[in-house]
Amino acid sequence: MNPPRIRAPRSARAGEVVEIRTLVEHPMETGLRSEAGRLVPRGMLARMVVRLNGAVALEVDFRNGTAANPYHVFFLRIERASEVEVTCTDEQGSSVRAVARIALT
Amino acid sequence: MMQRRAIPALIALPWSALAQEDELARAIRDLVGSGRVEDGGIVLRVPVTAENGGQVPITIVVDSPQTAAEHVTAIHIFATRNPTPGVASFRLTPTLARAELQTRIRLAENQAVVVVAQMSDGRLRRVSADIRVATGGCLT
Repeated sequence: MNPPRIRAPRSARAGEVVEIRTLVEHPMETGLRSEAGRLVPRGMLARMVVRLNGAVALEVDFRNGTAANPYHVFFLRIERASEVEVTCTDEQGSSVRAVARIALT
Repeated sequence: MMQRRAIPALIALPWSALAQEDELARAIRDLVGSGRVEDGGIVLRVPVTAENGGQVPITIVVDSPQTAAEHVTAIHIFATRNPTPGVASFRLTPTLARAELQTRIRLAENQAVVVVAQMSDGRLRRVSADIRVATGGCLT
């Protein structure tokens, strides 16, 4: 599993609300789909957790209706030089993680 | 609220649709309990027609100041006519600056998407939107 991709501004003013975009490359196979007459085995992400400087901002529990390559947009308020950490865990328990740093201007 | 909605559906819909209605009600109850759900207080932005049911962008904005005292604690998305109703659940903390999220979902056919939000004071809100799907998402 590749680490999540995070798109965040490199810098922000203190107190600024910034847009963060995340993309995880994952097929999100539900186990309901057939290909050439064979059921494609289930392989899904279970969770994604977003932390700002260690504090949880957002947790996502994925179910069958989330699209492949989960893409999310959300907003964080930057008060100081910050780290945005995104962790994704699949249903087998393996996880990947990425960090984006935002400086103060 | 759910009960009242179900009455016209009893007359109009075939059995399979009724079963899905039940499954949806159960999925909502499993996540938020059986408290009263108010309509509104959420803006759900969806395409009128999704060309590709496998990647349907939706944006959810809940009316909330998103402060420690008053914020959204969870947002749940349900699909009414997919093989399974669950799409995703989002748990929010006041660290999230806005009660606004964009995600991409899968839709197997034309249907309504239902969003339920839980507020920090325990209130429940709900909104739904109809989406036409040109090519169904690869769920089956």
